[in-house]
Amino acid sequence: MDLIFSQLLDGLSIGAVLLLAATGLAIVFGLMGVINLAHGEFMMIGAYVTFVVQNIFRPLGGFAFEAYYIIALFASFIVTAIFGVVLEKTLIRRLYGRPLETLLATWGISLILIQFVRSVSLAMVIGIAVTALLGWVLNKFLPLPLKQASFASYLKGSLWTVAGIIGLIAISTTASIGRFFSNPWFGPRNLDVTPPKWLQGTWGSIAGIELPGIRIFIIILSALLIAAVVWFLTKSVWGVRIRAVTQNREMSNCLGIPTDSVDSITFGIGSGLAGVAGCAITLLGSVGPNLGGAYIVSCFMVIVLGGVGNLLGTIIASMMLGIIQSIIGSGSLLIAFPDMPNSIRSVVEFFATTSMSYVLVFIFIIAFLQFKPTGMFPQKGRSVEA
Amino acid sequence: MKLFKRLVPWILLAFAFFILPAMANSELFGFSQFRLNLFGRYFSLAFVALGVDLIWGYTGLLSLGQGIFFSLGGYAIAMHLLLVTKNDFTTGANGLPKFFENYGVDNLPFFWEPFWSFPVSIIAVFIVPSVIAGFVGYLIFRNRIKGVYFSIITQASLMVFYHFFNGQQKLVNGTNGLKTSTTEIFGLVAGSDEAQILFFRITLILLPFAYLLCKYLTSGRFGDSLVAIRDDEPRLRFSGFNPTPFKVIVFVVAGGLAGISGALYTVQSGIVSPQFMSISMSIEMVIWVAVGGRGTLVGPIIGAVLVNYLRSLVSEALPEAWLFVQGALFVFVVVLMPDGIYGWFTKGGFTSMLAAFGIAKKTATYPKLDFDESVQEESFKV
Repeated sequence: MDLIFSQLLDGLSIGAVLLLAATGLAIVFGLMGVINLAHGEFMMIGAYVTFVVQNIFRPLGGFAFEAYYIIALFASFIVTAIFGVVLEKTLIRRLYGRPLETLLATWGISLILIQFVRSVSLAMVIGIAVTALLGWVLNKFLPLPLKQASFASYLKGSLWTVAGIIGLIAISTTASIGRFFSNPWFGPRNLDVTPPKWLQGTWGSIAGIELPGIRIFIIILSALLIAAVVWFLTKSVWGVRIRAVTQNREMSNCLGIPTDSVDSITFGIGSGLAGVAGCAITLLGSVGPNLGGAYIVSCFMVIVLGGVGNLLGTIIASMMLGIIQSIIGSGSLLIAFPDMPNSIRSVVEFFATTSMSYVLVFIFIIAFLQFKPTGMFPQKGRSVEA
Repeated sequence: MKLFKRLVPWILLAFAFFILPAMANSELFGFSQFRLNLFGRYFSLAFVALGVDLIWGYTGLLSLGQGIFFSLGGYAIAMHLLLVTKNDFTTGANGLPKFFENYGVDNLPFFWEPFWSFPVSIIAVFIVPSVIAGFVGYLIFRNRIKGVYFSIITQASLMVFYHFFNGQQKLVNGTNGLKTSTTEIFGLVAGSDEAQILFFRITLILLPFAYLLCKYLTSGRFGDSLVAIRDDEPRLRFSGFNPTPFKVIVFVVAGGLAGISGALYTVQSGIVSPQFMSISMSIEMVIWVAVGGRGTLVGPIIGAVLVNYLRSLVSEALPEAWLFVQGALFVFVVVLMPDGIYGWFTKGGFTSMLAAFGIAKKTATYPKLDFDESVQEESFKV
C-alpha cells in the first residue's frame, strides 16, 4: 500500500506540472481559439531560465544560493511571459481568425526556439542584434515617396532580407574571432539543475510514509498558482475582462473592452504559467532542448478531456492523467496486488510501461469523447456551433 | 499555348522517368545514384502530400496524424520483405527475421502471418491505413469534433501509435525499426542500384494515378461538398447534408495515399522505424502542402519535392541551420504566402506583384472603385 501511495504522490506532482502548463494553454484556447504549439518550448525556456539563475547564484553560496529557486520561479514567469507577449503581438495577431494556420506558425516558432537554445552563442546574439537594428534603421529612414509607393511592402521585405544576410555575415565573422564568441551557451546536451537543500530530502511523514520534499513542493506550488489564477480571473478587473472576451468577443469590443490588450495579457499569463511549469520540471529531471515535446501532448489530452474555459475540468483531467500514468505505467499495481487473476494480470502487464500507459490513456479519452464530445465540463451558452 | 501547358507535367514526368536514371548511371552533371534515390524518396512523399491536401486544402481538416498511416504502409511492405527474404543478413537461425532472435521470440506473432503473401501485402499497404483511418475518423467526426480539436486529437493519436511501436520490441523491433535494405524483391537486393531505379520508376508511374484519383475526387459534386465543408460547414448541414460520411471518406482516401507513400518511401530509404511517426514528420507533411499550394493538386507535389530537396541541400551544407530554415518557412508561408508557390502564380499573387512595380496592368474586381482617384485617397487616409 505504501508503494501505491508514493506512486499516487508521484502522479499528483506530475499532474500538478501538467496542470500549470495546461491551464495556460486552456485559458488562451478559450479566449482566442488558438492552440500554441510552442507552449512546450516556453516550458523549456522557463527551465533554462532556472538553470541560468542557478548559475548566477551559485558563486554567492550560503543563504543566497538556497533562495535562488524562489527567484528563478519569478524570473521564469517574467521571461516567458515577455516571450509570449512578443509572440502574440508580432505573429499571432496577424493570424487572427485562422486557428489552423496559427497552429502551424507556432510550430515553426517552436522549431526556431529549440534550435536557438541548442546553438545560441555570443556571435549569434550579435548577429541577431545587427539584423534587428539594421532592418529597423533601413526601414525607418526610407524616403517617404518610397514608403508610400505601391511596392513598399516588397521593398521592406527585401530590406529585411538584406539585413538578415548582413546579420549572417556578422555571425560568421564574429564566430571566427575566437571560442569566446563561437562557444554555444547551452549546447544540445542535457543540463542539470540542483534543487536547493531545503527541497531535497523528506518533509516529515504521514502514517509512516515519507513525504518527498520536491513532490510536495510542486503540488503546493501549483495549488497556490491555480488559486492565484482563479482569483485573478474572478476578482481583478483584467480577469473579468478576459472572461467577458472569452464569452463574447464582439459584444465586449462594443462595450469598450480593449480586446487587443486582453489578448496580449492573456497570452502573456498563459506563457508565464508554462515558464513556471518548466521551472518546476527542473526539480524532476534534467533540462534539455527537447523538454517541451515530452509534456505538450499530455497537455493537449488534458484540454481535450477537461473541456475549454473551465478550470475545474482542467484540474481534474490533469490530476487524472498524472495518476493514471504513474500508477499503471510504473507497474506498481502488479506489486501491490500480487494475487490478481491471470487474465487481468496479463492485461495490466501489457500496459505497465510509460509508453503503453499513454496508449491506455488515449483509448480512454477517445471512448470518453464518444459520450461527452465537448469534454467533462462543457461551456454552457446559446451560441450555435452546428 | 494551352496545349503546351497541359503537356508540361507529362514532359517532366517522362524526363524524370527516362533521362534521370540514365544521368545517374553515367554520373552526368554530377547527378549520382544517391541523388536519384533522394528524388525517388521526394516523389514518394508527394503521395502523402496529396492526401494532406485532400483533407486540409480541400476539406479544411488539419490532420497532424498522417504519419500513422504513412508508417503503417511502410511497416506492411517491410514485414513482407523481411518474411520472404532468405539470406544471412535478414534471416535468423529459426527461419524468422533476424531481430526476433534478440528478444527470444520463436513463434511469429499472429499479425505477421498474412504478410507471407505478396498480393496480400500490397493490398495491406493501403487497406490497413485506410481501415484505421476510417475507424478513427468515424469516431471523431461522428461527434462533430473539428478545427483545432481535431488537430490535437490526431496529434495525440499519432503519439499513441508512436509509443506503441516504440515499446513493442518483441512484435515490431521497437525503436530500431525494420530494415529493408538487405532484403530481396523481384530477385534484386532492395538496397542495390538496380532495385532503387526500379522503385524510382514505380513511384513515377503511380504518381499520376494518385493525382488523377484526387482530381476525380475534387471535381464534381463530391469535391464541391468538400469545399463546402471547408468554407461553411453549418450551412451545408442546414441545407440537409450530413458532412460526416464525406469527411470519413476523404480521411480514408488520405490515409490510403499515406500508406502507399510510406511503402514507397520505406523501400527507397531502406528502413521503417517509429521515427516516421514523430510529431515533427507529420507536421512537415502539412508544410509541404502549404509551401506548394493548398487547394491545388499540383501544389503538394511541387511542395513535397521542393521542400525536401531544400532540406537535403541545407542539411548537407549546414546541419544546424535546417531547423531555423524550416521554422522560418512555416512562419513565412503561413503569414505571407497562404496560397503557396503554385497558388501564388496561379491565383494572382505574381501579377499583383508585377502590378505593384508598374510592370503589369492592375487588375481589379470593382474597376470603378479601384481606379477612382477620390476613393483611393479616402482609403489611404484610413
